[in-house]
Amino acid sequence: MRVIIRGLGELCITAGVVVLLFVTYSLWGTGRYTQAQQDKLDDELSRAWREPRVTTEKVSLGKGMARIHVPRFGKKFSYVIVEGVEPADLRKGPGHYPGSALPGAVGNFVVSAHRTTYSAPFNRVGELKDGDEIVIDTRTRKYTYQVTGRRIVNPSAVEVTSPVPGRPGRKPKQRMITLTTCHPKYSAAQRLVIFGKLSAEVPRVPATAQR
Amino acid sequence: MYAWIWRHLPGSGPKKLMWTMLAVLVVVAALWYVVFPWLEPKLQFDHGVVTPASTPPGGG
Repeated sequence: MRVIIRGLGELCITAGVVVLLFVTYSLWGTGRYTQAQQDKLDDELSRAWREPRVTTEKVSLGKGMARIHVPRFGKKFSYVIVEGVEPADLRKGPGHYPGSALPGAVGNFVVSAHRTTYSAPFNRVGELKDGDEIVIDTRTRKYTYQVTGRRIVNPSAVEVTSPVPGRPGRKPKQRMITLTTCHPKYSAAQRLVIFGKLSAEVPRVPATAQR
Repeated sequence: MYAWIWRHLPGSGPKKLMWTMLAVLVVVAALWYVVFPWLEPKLQFDHGVVTPASTPPGGG
């Protein structure tokens, strides 16, 4: 009897240690995967942008399509945005909702990213205030959006991703950006949504000169 | 359980300790590099995508 009880106790302690290790993995271990993927995507994107433009160029799912910078998060904050918001896409970095507007276009450029795991690109989006800049680099242009508002919504609130955010079916006239991430942190209960509007658009320094 | 493993480790004293550390390392590595990467997407608690109520949420 004593042997059984002791064995059970040992099992419970072991399970506890394994769970703690798993939490460590979720929060930090997954970031290493994202970093490796980002390095790869960054190289691919830099190479693609250096080459002359192909007329048939298309963004394919899971591939890099733009870069995002947020001055408030520091100079080092730079992620390649991948096309797609499937779990596999978002493990690589921030993802662009397929079908939503492209950067700088009329409509809504919608990007989602992890907030606590997989390098947590959107960990600090809760700190964004009205007027803060979100910079999107594409092959030829640099688009600066300014934060105009934020909302906390239910996970099924797809209307925030519509061309006119929150007004599905309306015809867009403005160039908007929308960021979505989980809320509260470490939870899937709700979504934190940041809205922004295009405030400036300049030609980008050619990739060859930049890197 | 652990007492049983300890009794069945080869060698004595320091050698057993070495085997123990090796075994712990192997188990942790297997969990970290094989089990957790497979398990994590299934248990993911960090969802940031808005989806119609009928479809399962993506990552985020």
